[in-house]
Amino acid sequence: MRDVLAQALAVAAKDLKLEFRRRTAIFSALVFTALVLAIFNFARDPTAVSATALAPGVLWITFTFAGLLGLNRAFAIERENRALDGLLLAPVSRSGLYLGKLIGNLVFVGLVEAIALPLFAIFFNVPVWGVIGPLVGVIALATVGFVAVGTIMSAIAVGTRFADLMLPVLMLPFLMPPVTGAVQVTARLFAARPFAEVVGWLKLLVAYDIVFVVICLLVFEAVLDE
Amino acid sequence: MSAAPQLSPAVAAGPALEVSDLARGFGPVRALRGVSFALERGEALAVFGPNGAGKSTLLRLLAGLLRPERGSIRLFGHPFNRSDAAQRVRIGLISHASLLYDGLTGRENLEFTARCYRLSSPREAAQRALESMGLVDAADRAAGTYSRGMTQRLAIARALLHDPEIVLLDEPFTGLDTRAAGVLRSLLERLRADRRTLVLVTHNLEEGLELATQVALQVSGRFVMLDRRGDDPSLWRARYAEAVAGA
Repeated sequence: MRDVLAQALAVAAKDLKLEFRRRTAIFSALVFTALVLAIFNFARDPTAVSATALAPGVLWITFTFAGLLGLNRAFAIERENRALDGLLLAPVSRSGLYLGKLIGNLVFVGLVEAIALPLFAIFFNVPVWGVIGPLVGVIALATVGFVAVGTIMSAIAVGTRFADLMLPVLMLPFLMPPVTGAVQVTARLFAARPFAEVVGWLKLLVAYDIVFVVICLLVFEAVLDE
Repeated sequence: MSAAPQLSPAVAAGPALEVSDLARGFGPVRALRGVSFALERGEALAVFGPNGAGKSTLLRLLAGLLRPERGSIRLFGHPFNRSDAAQRVRIGLISHASLLYDGLTGRENLEFTARCYRLSSPREAAQRALESMGLVDAADRAAGTYSRGMTQRLAIARALLHDPEIVLLDEPFTGLDTRAAGVLRSLLERLRADRRTLVLVTHNLEEGLELATQVALQVSGRFVMLDRRGDDPSLWRARYAEAVAGA
């Protein structure tokens, strides 16, 4: 287990080092985030739709698609010079490789979310800071779920001709439960609803995370096979 | 490079590499059709053949990067299991592609590889490998800025970092200048002297024949000839010319 974790951290550190040297995916994700928030903000008719009603959906659209931009690069960097062959030749356990990619992706998406959240608060003027603790919690829960699935889908999509297009298509059915749950919980947090109203959605998010992280760990070797 | 793993007598039993009736296709294309050979420790097989003969497919099968459709591979008397990390660590591959990350420096590439192979001192292992390949001066430059020859030297350092017992080489002399080719030649001779087992795929007859104990001509996925090298390299030159002309 210690070896698996050490190898996972080595893979994650390598991925993040490569990303932060090139900064292509992080800049793309941040520019996309700013554009989406600005467009939604200016396109909204405040007399027809309140910011509180629109904000949860906008927040999760932004997080999800900005995250997808980053997920695509997780295995794209392994195509260069067939570097993935080098990893597969090494005694790196497939679980360690998956965990490493997952950790790298979580750091990447977490960073995008950390920058996007203050922008969102500025644009939409919703009571983010009053519920920041629970909001960060639900963001973390939903992010783990969709990044866990996105990491494995990225490994599948990278071998196809239209990898950038394939990832969102493959992800769509798997995005529904965590994004729906996250939107529902976020809406209730902004509306200051009682905690009892979000318990069911939180259970869904926790169950989704556990089930899909375990499934992804189990099937990753088969995904990588040739 | 790190010390070679010590083999127990039971593990070391049998040929270092034994391939039997190996076959693999890609859709309608039969890339490899029933290839068989056996190499003892310290032996080197040079595989010659025209483009498209399936030589690289053979190496990818031996490295465990492809699954055979038919046939078997045995390492040191044991069936080769691609999922077994302990078996994979005994193999090193110098591939057509460098397997390197262009955005990492030469040193970082080697240190990352050392961590993947769980070497005890990744920094020292990387430094030794850089020194042995004459890349110390360029060690802290991004690998993407290296010349073709330097990239090939770094790729070789990467492949040999964990001191594998079986080394698979796909056109290893490609892109090397005379000096670097000399360094690689002496490195391969040293590997053979250390009783490492080599499988070398090359178009370069002179380099291959110099190193090999066995020679194979591969055409259309088959070994049309497999023999001990013998004392007369000109015989193999004639056979290779015939094979290429007939392919």
